[in-house]
Amino acid sequence: MKKHTISILVENKFGALNRIVGLFSARGYNIDSISVGTSEDDSVARVTIVSKGDDDVIEQIIKQLNKLIDVTKVVDLTYDNFVERELVLIKVAANRNSRSELMQISEIFRSKIIDISPRSITIEATGSEQKVDAMIKMLDPFGIKEIARTGRVALKREFEGTV
Amino acid sequence: MRTTVNIITKHGDNIMSTNEMTGSEIFVKSLIEENVEYMFGYPGGAVIGVYDAMHDMSHIKHILTRHEQGAVHAAEGYAKATGKVGVVLVTSGPGATNTVTGVADAYMDSVPIVVFTGQVSTHLIGNDAFQEADIIGITRSITKHNFLVKDVKQLAWTIKAAFHIASTGRPGPVVVDMPKDVMASKAPFLYPKEVKLRGYHPFYFGHMGQINKAVEIINASRKPVLYVGGGVINSNASTELFNLAKKLNAPVAMTLMGLGAYPGDDKLSMGRVGVHGTWYSNVAVDQCDCLIAIGSRFDDRVTGNPAMFSPNSRKIHIDIDPSAISKNVKVDVPIVGDVRHVLERLTPLVNPLNTKEWLEQIEEWKAEHPLRYENGNEIRAQYVIEKIYELTNGNAVITTDVGQNQMWTAQFYKFLNPRSNITSGGLGTMGFSFPAAMGAAFGVKDRPVFSINGDGGIQMNIQEMATAVSNKLPLKIVILNNGYLGMVRQWQDLFYKKRYSHVTLGNNPDFVKLAEAFGGAGFVADKTEEVVPTLEEAMKINDRPVIIDFRTIKEDNVFPMIPSAGTVAQIIDYPKSVKELEMAKTQSEAVK
Ligand SMILES: Cc1ncc(C[n+]2csc(CCOP(=O)(O)OP(=O)(O)O)c2C)c(N)n1
Ligand SMILES: [Mg+2]
Repeated sequence: MKKHTISILVENKFGALNRIVGLFSARGYNIDSISVGTSEDDSVARVTIVSKGDDDVIEQIIKQLNKLIDVTKVVDLTYDNFVERELVLIKVAANRNSRSELMQISEIFRSKIIDISPRSITIEATGSEQKVDAMIKMLDPFGIKEIARTGRVALKREFEGTV
Repeated sequence: MRTTVNIITKHGDNIMSTNEMTGSEIFVKSLIEENVEYMFGYPGGAVIGVYDAMHDMSHIKHILTRHEQGAVHAAEGYAKATGKVGVVLVTSGPGATNTVTGVADAYMDSVPIVVFTGQVSTHLIGNDAFQEADIIGITRSITKHNFLVKDVKQLAWTIKAAFHIASTGRPGPVVVDMPKDVMASKAPFLYPKEVKLRGYHPFYFGHMGQINKAVEIINASRKPVLYVGGGVINSNASTELFNLAKKLNAPVAMTLMGLGAYPGDDKLSMGRVGVHGTWYSNVAVDQCDCLIAIGSRFDDRVTGNPAMFSPNSRKIHIDIDPSAISKNVKVDVPIVGDVRHVLERLTPLVNPLNTKEWLEQIEEWKAEHPLRYENGNEIRAQYVIEKIYELTNGNAVITTDVGQNQMWTAQFYKFLNPRSNITSGGLGTMGFSFPAAMGAAFGVKDRPVFSINGDGGIQMNIQEMATAVSNKLPLKIVILNNGYLGMVRQWQDLFYKKRYSHVTLGNNPDFVKLAEAFGGAGFVADKTEEVVPTLEEAMKINDRPVIIDFRTIKEDNVFPMIPSAGTVAQIIDYPKSVKELEMAKTQSEAVK
């Protein structure tokens, strides 16, 4: 089963997000991550959902989303060239001995330290899901206390090829 | 929200007025603009202002049902019989939750209705206020769309949008929730001529490239089957279907919802396909080389095991709902569009087919495996239905409930016209038949309306006798009284070693007295020879509803039958003898 990144434009009004989430739960579709915010038009929200499923299931998901009256556009970015990012905050246990190594790791991943205390540091990182996963793996041995991830946001690339 | 506002003067005088009106008045004016004839409803605290505005209204007739579920099924019956939008008005909380079964029913069967629910005032929403229920949340997954009106200025637009959404594309129910304070506040009345919804563009005209591909497949076929569903009726395409079938010389198999789309007495009709469909329609669908699905949705009650469904055919699927396509069964050529529009373009392009051998084969099957039952002294439900068919010349509007009564009606009433077979197919709602018949009777005055029921289901909305009597509806309410929850008993008989668990209806009321207590008429019959005279007597009564209690044989089973998720190879046909019945049971034990 392949992971699909589905980008949805939906009327920015009462209950609209509920309709999308409700559709996934009512029909038993899976949601790996979901992120929501206003789009370039403030009467429209952009919802990015990452979902796993066979091609048949993904096809149904797209059709069912299109059927929602408040949904104005649905694109499965998976087969397009697209840019994706995720933001994560990770609070790791840190003491005098481990702090400098943690700072090195953070640097390698081009992330930022945004909070520090005698017992922990909090790192902010952005990147692809793989990058975030790799970073979490590197930090794990130090003792991760808390993680907050935004889920994937994505946009189609304007030009084919890399930017 | 983008709205196109146009002032309409259709019904005269003060509609153009920019004088402020209350939400309740706007509500009434809007329904008049929508040409609503009937509204089925039940008042309460949250809509008392709306009811006040309706006090002097003469354009729209409000029918006070005796339960909100009855109101929704009545609206469904009205919508299915007439093709117009059914309208319901109820109060908040329990009034709204009582509509849920009906709304879900309309959603499953694509019935255009708009249900207006009262709601507590906006400042109380979310406070667990008296008679508050989050009906928008509750009905989100069982409506085509729903609206909470937060501002009286949006009310007229919302009503227009609700009717538009309910009645276009694949039809369905829309709920409009109206808080009490919104309905009391004022705004100028401007009824939009049309609404534009950015996310809603039903696609009516099939893609010509797809139509051409379909034509190629059809023209190469020698064993075609038209597999026809309720979509043909919703798009008023019976004539177009008839023309196609006749041009192709192709046999027609109908789903439960499709019955009436094609005349049941025509030579090309194979009757119903599916679990309790005719033997030959199921076998023909299995063996055809080209399956043309028209406004049908490859429902599991038709396909059984989808992997084994019609294995040798190339498949064409015409449906207005893209999500219905390739949901259960992969097809070769999908055509998204309104059935009528698509058939109008497709039929001129196909060639008359040489189906002589195929039709002969089907005639042979019809002769070998007809629909059957054994008649005797005790009344058979099948016989009752056959006689109703004969006495009404196939011209009645028939509503059915759910269970054996529904299956036998589908088998033995040969529906000749569309919008004549009104039944709860998708949700299978017991208690549907009687209130749906009331709604149909308001919409259809020139044909008799029969409501067919089991003795179980009739008791689920029997309170509507009061509504039917008050409105002098000349309904014929037939009870096929077998003393059992018959369909469940049949399953326990066939698949659970006859361990009858809680299916006996021991204490059925005296239905004749019950009818009379409500002010209706009542008849009872318990011998086959009494069936026709009793029906004839009942059909003479035209100023009130009449209940006819047919005491039928108790333990009869509906055949043919394909056990769940089975295939055509497992059809159990009507057993000719007791021995065969026992064999059929062992056979069905084996496939369970
Ligand atoms: C509201 C509801 N509850 C339960 C069922 C399950 N069910 C399906 S058929 C049936 C038996 C119906 O009995 P009756 O109305 O007497 O009809 P019969 O099958 O005997 O003709 C039941 C309980 C249902 N379809 N709807
Ligand atoms: Mg019964």
